[in-house]
Amino acid sequence: MSDTTQRTATIAVLVENEAGVLARVIGLFSGRGYNIESLTVAPVDAERRLSRITVVTTGTDMIIEQIKAQLDRLVPVHMVADLSLEGPHLTRELALVKVIGRGEARMEALRLGDAFRARVVDASHESATFEMTGTADKIDAFVALMRPLGLAEVSRTGAVAIARGPRSLAA
Amino acid sequence: MSATLPAQTDQSTLTGAEIVLRALKEQGVEVIFGYPGGAVLPIYDALFQQNAIRHILVRHEQAAVHAAEGYARSTGKVGCVLVTSGPGATNAVTGLLDALMDSVPLVCLTGQVPTHLIGNDAFQEADTTGITRPATKHNYLVKKIGDLSRTVHDAFYVARSGRPGPVVVDLPKDILLAKGTYEEAPREEHRSYRPQTRPDGAQIAKAVALLKGARRPVVYAGGGVINAGPEASELLARFVRMANMPCTNTLMSLGVFPASDPRFIGMLGMHGTVEANLAMHGCDVMFNIGARFDDRVTGRLNAFSPGSKKIHADIDPSNINKNVKVDVPIVGDAAAVLRALIEAWEADGAEQDREAISAWWREIDGWRARDCLRYEQSGSIIKPQHAVKRLYEITREMGRDTFISTEVGQHQMWAAQYFGFEKPNRWMTSGGLGTMGYGLPAAAGVQIAYPDALVIDIAGEASILMNIQEMGTLAQYRLPVKVFILNNEYMGMVRQWQELLHGSRYSESYSASLPDFVKLAESFHARGLRATDASQLDDVIREMIAHPGPVIADICVDQKENVFPMIPSGAAHNEMILGAGQAGGVAGVTDEGKVLV
Repeated sequence: MSDTTQRTATIAVLVENEAGVLARVIGLFSGRGYNIESLTVAPVDAERRLSRITVVTTGTDMIIEQIKAQLDRLVPVHMVADLSLEGPHLTRELALVKVIGRGEARMEALRLGDAFRARVVDASHESATFEMTGTADKIDAFVALMRPLGLAEVSRTGAVAIARGPRSLAA
Repeated sequence: MSATLPAQTDQSTLTGAEIVLRALKEQGVEVIFGYPGGAVLPIYDALFQQNAIRHILVRHEQAAVHAAEGYARSTGKVGCVLVTSGPGATNAVTGLLDALMDSVPLVCLTGQVPTHLIGNDAFQEADTTGITRPATKHNYLVKKIGDLSRTVHDAFYVARSGRPGPVVVDLPKDILLAKGTYEEAPREEHRSYRPQTRPDGAQIAKAVALLKGARRPVVYAGGGVINAGPEASELLARFVRMANMPCTNTLMSLGVFPASDPRFIGMLGMHGTVEANLAMHGCDVMFNIGARFDDRVTGRLNAFSPGSKKIHADIDPSNINKNVKVDVPIVGDAAAVLRALIEAWEADGAEQDREAISAWWREIDGWRARDCLRYEQSGSIIKPQHAVKRLYEITREMGRDTFISTEVGQHQMWAAQYFGFEKPNRWMTSGGLGTMGYGLPAAAGVQIAYPDALVIDIAGEASILMNIQEMGTLAQYRLPVKVFILNNEYMGMVRQWQELLHGSRYSESYSASLPDFVKLAESFHARGLRATDASQLDDVIREMIAHPGPVIADICVDQKENVFPMIPSGAAHNEMILGAGQAGGVAGVTDEGKVLV
């Protein structure tokens, strides 16, 4: 009851692809004072009008159980799963990172991009934009390295996640 | 096809407004509480041309929602509300949140500006679905005539299924005027919302094992038992009696277990009885059925019932382990849970420890003997407790089916403490949100459902002024509601907290410039009565009940009386403050407690 250990949870939510559903989910988090570290949403099944939301959040076990239960009782929610609790899973995030600079700084940025397996998706004489996917940690590390090399702008998707092996989330 | 609604000859001969009414009729709606305005004129026009559904015109949209709550809570049906766009919808918000907190099934139809004007800051436009999202169980904005019937049917399904609650359907005016096809309620299951109502057998078995072995058990029954229908209350009484366990009720569930039964130990919580709170504190097995461990019930969480194993049955899984970690969670409808529990109990060969339970009862009877609700009625000043007690005794002597609603504050707690309820659905109060102004419109809604019953709003002089305009509704529909005001010329509960927590600095809690309630009643075509002396009390009560129309009885009571027992904010169940002349009471509000409401 008094367990105050915080953990990070990656929660996958399968919802009706309808107006207002994202507002319901976000409103639930802000209204009840839960954290959102990242949140992504996109349609995943056009025929059945389903979207998938991935929320990364932190809290005690009791809070995370609450978050799941609160999400589950929203009318347009089909299914909720705490991927971090239910077994091994993959998490990926995509980032676009723009660096502005010339000369040695630019060369160094490109070399590091290579090392991180980031792709250059746009370049000019004074700028380069990298696309990279990976875990949030990896992207954090890359962004930190770019900072002294002319980091100008970062755009990140937030995490998407899926269970490893044959387990799947079905409505 | 009904003769009172236009028959559907052509596939597209119905307007949106007619489709709405047809869907309401199919959903069993007989009464709508509402207030007209520009955006809902098409519905009012359709209402005018039919007789199947009755419309009750209130005087403020908040009251429409409370009236529908009173109707819903006294009948078990879904209440229905109709209001216009913009201010009509925003006025309804308090009522909607009230219904959400107290799990009352409602469908509220709101008008909206035509779809092509949405987002343009049009006259009387409000983002109704945005504003009501956290105040409803679910809401809908209908943007296509083809979605209309299905949406209204869905709204009723969502409102009454699982843990009941209010649902808003926002209806743009062009949709109400468009022509479309009516569709009957879908037969297939809802796509996504399918709450679990049957309990898991293994959890029931665990609960039975714990309860059979209990030496100091307590049954803590909440409003979920009322929402599960009258059968659930009968099953609860059967279980409590066969297991010979003490039963306490929450503010929401009074009447779910007969107050006259010796196993009833009273309401629990902040203003609960000593025996109920000490039984909760000292029990070894707690069976919570349909209650939610509200902060008014638990007091300080880390001192709440420290030595007990807890079983919690609730239809809403998000209530389980929210405030209090429990040992045996059970998800299900209260009636289904109790039925399964009784079956498993009877099939189980184990015997209860009858000796231990007898000893537990002796301990409880010792607490009971302290008579924590005792008060001194001497002299001519009317004690508010005495006023409620006499009201209860006189209505009981008369044997009439009596429904009580309340406003919010001291009078509400005295009503809960001193009025005994034998049956569910007879007690209407704003528990979760604590909405002053709830009681009068709620009583109107109850009286609409039960025209011949005795319906009394036990009120305070401050609360009653928050929806006093509903006296007009009583007059228009000849609703013989009795408004029984415990008039102490203070917002009494505010005054009580100021006395206990803020050095008796009565900041803004005096009810200055009160109206003359007798004249006020008369101006609304009702009877006005007043008692200022204890010797007048019984006569006024009898005259109030005997009068065939609406009455305001202004009962001028002791201004200094406080509600006891009281568990101060941040204190535990065994740290109650008792009334004057009663020993005990560790009392004192800590600094942490002062922060709490």
